[in-house]
Amino acid sequence: MRLWNELSYFTCWISHQARLCTPPTRLCTPPTRLCTPPTRPGPALYSTHQARPCSVLHPPGQALLCTPPTRPGPALYSTHQARPYSVLHPPGQALLCTPPTRPGPTLYSTHQARPYSVLHPPGQALLCTPPTRPGPVLHPPGPVLHPPGQALYSTHQALYSTHQARPCSVLHPPGKALYSTHQARLCTPPTMPGSVLHPSGKALYSTHLTVPGLIQPICFSTRLLTRFSLSPSFLSQDIRNTVGNIPMEWYQDYPHIGYNLDGKKIFKPIRNKDELDEFLDKMENPDYWRTVHDKTTASDIRLSDEQVDLVHRLQKGQFGDVNFNEYEPSVDFFTNEVMIHPVTNRPQDKRSFIPSLIEKEKVSKLVHAIKMGWIKPRKPKETTPQYYDLWAKEDPNAILGRHKMHVPAPKMRLPGHEESYNPPPEYLLTEEERMAWEQQDAEDRKLPFLPQKHSCLRAVPAFSRFIHERFERCLDLYLCPRQRKMRVNVNPEDLIPKLPKPKDLQPFPTTMSLVYIGHSSLVRSISASPTGQWLVSGSDDCTVRFWEVNTGRCMKTLEVGGAVKSVAWNPNPAVCLVAVCFESTVLLLNPGLGDRLVVSSTDQLITSYEPPEEDKEQAVTWALSEGPEHDNGHRLTLTHPKAVKQVVWHGKGDYLASVMPDNSSNLQVLIHQVSKRRTQNPFRKNKGLVQCVSFHPLRPYFFVATQRYVRVYNLIKQELTKKLMTNCKWISSMAIHPGGDNLICGSYDCRLAWFDLDLSTKPYKMLRHHKKALRGVAYHKHYPLFASGADDGSVIICHGMVYNDLLQNPLIVPVKVLKGHQITHDLGVLDVTFHPTQPWVFSSGADATIRLFT
Amino acid sequence: MGGLQKKKYERGSATNYITRNKARKKLQLSLADFRRLCILKGIYPHEPKHKKKVNKGSTAPRTFYLLKDIRFLLHEPIVRKFREYKVFVRKLRKAYGKAEWTAVERLRDNKPGYKLDHIIKERYPTFIDALRDIDDALSMCFLFSTFARTGKCHVQTITLCRRLTVEWMNYVVTSRSLRKVFISIKGIYYQAEVLGQLITWLVPYQFAHDHPTDVDYRVMATFTEMYTTLFGFINFRLYQTLNLVYPPKKLSALSASLARVVATAEEEEENQLDQFPADGEDLENMEAREKEQKEQEAQNRLFEGLKFFLNREVPRESLAFILRCFGAEVSWDKSLCIGGTYNVTDETITHQIVDRPDIDKQYINRYYIQPQWVFDSVNAKMRLPVEDYFLGVTLPPHLSPFVEEKDGDYVPPEKLKLMALQRGEKHVQEEEEDDDDDDDDEEYNDEVDDEDLTEEKNLKKMEDQRSQGKTLAVKVTPGKVKPWETGSVGNKVRLEKEEKAEEKRLAIMMMKKKEKYLYDKIMFGKKRTTREANKLAAKRKAHEDTSKAEKKQKKAKKQ
Repeated sequence: MRLWNELSYFTCWISHQARLCTPPTRLCTPPTRLCTPPTRPGPALYSTHQARPCSVLHPPGQALLCTPPTRPGPALYSTHQARPYSVLHPPGQALLCTPPTRPGPTLYSTHQARPYSVLHPPGQALLCTPPTRPGPVLHPPGPVLHPPGQALYSTHQALYSTHQARPCSVLHPPGKALYSTHQARLCTPPTMPGSVLHPSGKALYSTHLTVPGLIQPICFSTRLLTRFSLSPSFLSQDIRNTVGNIPMEWYQDYPHIGYNLDGKKIFKPIRNKDELDEFLDKMENPDYWRTVHDKTTASDIRLSDEQVDLVHRLQKGQFGDVNFNEYEPSVDFFTNEVMIHPVTNRPQDKRSFIPSLIEKEKVSKLVHAIKMGWIKPRKPKETTPQYYDLWAKEDPNAILGRHKMHVPAPKMRLPGHEESYNPPPEYLLTEEERMAWEQQDAEDRKLPFLPQKHSCLRAVPAFSRFIHERFERCLDLYLCPRQRKMRVNVNPEDLIPKLPKPKDLQPFPTTMSLVYIGHSSLVRSISASPTGQWLVSGSDDCTVRFWEVNTGRCMKTLEVGGAVKSVAWNPNPAVCLVAVCFESTVLLLNPGLGDRLVVSSTDQLITSYEPPEEDKEQAVTWALSEGPEHDNGHRLTLTHPKAVKQVVWHGKGDYLASVMPDNSSNLQVLIHQVSKRRTQNPFRKNKGLVQCVSFHPLRPYFFVATQRYVRVYNLIKQELTKKLMTNCKWISSMAIHPGGDNLICGSYDCRLAWFDLDLSTKPYKMLRHHKKALRGVAYHKHYPLFASGADDGSVIICHGMVYNDLLQNPLIVPVKVLKGHQITHDLGVLDVTFHPTQPWVFSSGADATIRLFT
Repeated sequence: MGGLQKKKYERGSATNYITRNKARKKLQLSLADFRRLCILKGIYPHEPKHKKKVNKGSTAPRTFYLLKDIRFLLHEPIVRKFREYKVFVRKLRKAYGKAEWTAVERLRDNKPGYKLDHIIKERYPTFIDALRDIDDALSMCFLFSTFARTGKCHVQTITLCRRLTVEWMNYVVTSRSLRKVFISIKGIYYQAEVLGQLITWLVPYQFAHDHPTDVDYRVMATFTEMYTTLFGFINFRLYQTLNLVYPPKKLSALSASLARVVATAEEEEENQLDQFPADGEDLENMEAREKEQKEQEAQNRLFEGLKFFLNREVPRESLAFILRCFGAEVSWDKSLCIGGTYNVTDETITHQIVDRPDIDKQYINRYYIQPQWVFDSVNAKMRLPVEDYFLGVTLPPHLSPFVEEKDGDYVPPEKLKLMALQRGEKHVQEEEEDDDDDDDDEEYNDEVDDEDLTEEKNLKKMEDQRSQGKTLAVKVTPGKVKPWETGSVGNKVRLEKEEKAEEKRLAIMMMKKKEKYLYDKIMFGKKRTTREANKLAAKRKAHEDTSKAEKKQKKAKKQ
């Protein structure tokens, strides 16, 4: 290491020496300045290591040639010959400047760029070769004052050694433009911000001049000029108009276009050329092609032959000067021939021919180190990997450096029989399977390859996708997101809930025993008498039929004035009354079936009514039937204002509720008292379309099912007790458990909701047993059974045990699916009702039959 | 109550994951370097449980890495090496550009390299961990060892892979740990049991590869780099367990050091016998293990004492490897490859493996068999009868030894036959019977009920019944239902069945929604498997019917 440091130091030292021996160039400039150089630098000059920038002034229209300052040092000269040329043309005022050629980067770093500036007074050129070197150089023009236009051009206090600069300002007459508000202060470095306001007020130029350096003695104006003269945009700039390089449309609104050097307005031509003039000119003027429009003076300029020639040459990329020969014979400044005379006369140093002691010391050190074996030749690198017992000290408890989230990559799937080269024939694909395989996307294929059979091992070809598969495996290993997934490993039998066997839950209806035939249209509603001997049914064929349950005989048929929507047998066994509703009428019938005493007492009950003293206005009209109607069994007719959908009795048999579904009024539910022939509307507000209502079997509660909710009202306190959310879309039917604490709701979206009123306002169980809309639900009065009938034509009997123990939830077990009804017009079972004493169920269907399941 | 309001996505799973681009930025690595690092360090993306939470509410598809993983990469010394290499490449390019050849040479000499040893140790803290994960390494190295030495990867890699795989094969031969082999259409699968780990690898057939263009060989090369390192250390350790020197010399032909191989194998066996009584566990367990061990030993000596000669058309390396693994002597023609120890003319050769329809000059005291015999025998753990594998004979199907049939899966009849053979039942009888039964097969099937059956027949019947599956069962029932209906016993049975079915149906109605979904899914899967099995069985039956018909036609033509 130490050695290396020393060596590097050595090399530095050498280069430093080399740098020192380059002679200072700067010193030799001043003399060159004074002597006007010949047009071409001669070799003799260069051999003396003197830099001579030479500039040639051509009379107007000629080129100003300038050779760059030559640098001593042979390296420079051999590679580089840079010659910027600038050419000034008087008539068109084109200042052409070829950029300095750049032979190599090394040169560029040492090259000193020299701006040249040319100032034309009316027609004169100010040539300014930059002061390369210090030394008092006086520039001839000095401050130039333009008399008419108050233009102060070039406040060039050209005393370079003293750093004096004069800012100059140009005032534009029309609009108070002050060009270059360069505060003229003598003997201050020219770092003055300048702002220019243009006459039309459109621009504020601010030029910020920072020229603190020693080498920046070029004054503002010349510098500007120089810059402009170099920039191509300035080529077209005419000095005859003194506005400068501005967008000429600023002068659009003025009659003049600028100011000439005398400060006089340059007026626009009286008539502008229009397209036609232009065209005519084009056709007639033989010099049209060489005419150039000068925007600044708004005049056409005809280019002279020389100018055209110049343009042509520039277009071709040639030098502007015709006389310039770009292929001059190269002059070899240093030849390979050993010249007789040395370039310099200086004798060689002593150190150049005596051996270096320092070097000797270093070499001896190296030799010593090699002898001692401190320095060894470079060993060839070991290319083969070295293996050793990596797990010599393995620690089984070592934490992986990873975490518990590590998911090891799954292994490749092991091949099955179908991958064999000679699989059993059943694993080969048939023709159709092969076609299907080929048409599938690669991702959808179950097998990623086609099973093939080869008669012998020799015939097995290479697997074309082998590398692909390996590559895909690689991709999977590092790109595929991994996730630990728990595989469900359950026996499906375990998922099935363990329910008590239906056999142990008997009795329940199992078979269809009787079919009551007689109706000619769908049977909407059925109801059994409290004794269980009779059954009443109402149908769309406008009849109400009374059946004997045990025999299936139709005892009576009554024609009513419309399709019967609902029938309800009075639950009081001491009264023989049936409520029938059709259209907007509720009819109370005495069918005259059963015990005669009961029948006559019922009639008596109705006739014994004494109208109260003061007649109240009621929502319905009560009418006593007489004549033939009375003979038919009609007793009372309640004419409602609207169509009635449902009638339902209170458990005591005196009260009757009727439903007139109507979303727009509060008159939807009416409660009638038969004994007093009184009607009342319990609700003041409309809470939605009422679907069905029901009385609580024991307590004074009233259940109203709207489309989605069931509201429980306390009739005595006259308040809402509960609101049950059914989670159904549309409730179709409702039934209350005889105990009164449970309720089932059937809905048109195939669900049956069981509510435990003590538990929650949300369903305790949702049963989705039916495939189609439920139309009727019913509880059995004594047995723990409930039934539901649906449009799929089936009646499902469930065991619904309600325990007295409040802590035990009801047990619900489906026990039987009863089928029998045919589906007509997409309707199956319309109503179900249980026999009051036996575990039997009646169902009425859209096929105009009523069926008894026992 | 109160306190600062919790901001979203600043705790919980959102902070545990990081997207790939963020990870890359955090590590300040280019994508290629990041990929390489992930491959070498075994970092892979994780699928978060709640993608939306992790993705800060967005559902755009992104891959997520565990933040811990990425932090773990931050301190990886190899990252610095990557950067050094990048600098090296830049310098080299510059030197090339400037035509500074001495600089190029100097840079080349100082080319930065890196070692993966510490990564291997880190990824696999114990040897068994490493061994468990060697499947992919083996397959990859075997693939790379078959590459041509042109283009796709460095020649050194190929030779290294070749060396390592040959060493591995020699280890397997020496330790007699090969268990299963399988000729697939992709290549040959081998399964060995090394130190109690089942290791499976796939070797491609020896053909020139048609290199695909859509495969990124850089990825494969990075994997191979890691795998060769891992593989080398594993080989070292394995050789150490056999008391062998690593690296061994001259192994390429799989024939060298045979004498030494045999000696070590014997030693090992002795060792194992010694260890046996030391295990103090349940008797039954021990007996079972003892039995297994015996079977294993029997399999290891499967070809012991046999002398094989490989014809030139058979895959020499694979067969020599397998045969050696089971104790056979193998040789081949000298012109084929070096390492053949005896000639074709050797009178003591017992089996010659030939893969051509016929051979001119046959020796009378040796079997000429097709290569599949070797594979099938190894899988059956017994020397199968050679008759089925003679020259020019249509080979029996080659079954995968990796398939383990569960209940309800389809079992090809060949497998049943093989199982019967393994149980020691005679093979010849069955064939004769088969010929007899050819004509009245269907009647036979109906009549079998009362007959005493050999076990094999039983099996066959079961298979038939199973294979006929549901569709056939439906066909049969109408005929059989009648006697049931008349007989009261049958009626009862049927009723009971129906009742049970109904009960189940009702119970299913009461299932919760979630469980019902799961149940339906499971049942669907079950149904699908049975459907597939039935399909296979039906296909097999159709195939057999057609082949039988063809046979008959041939017979008729002959007569």
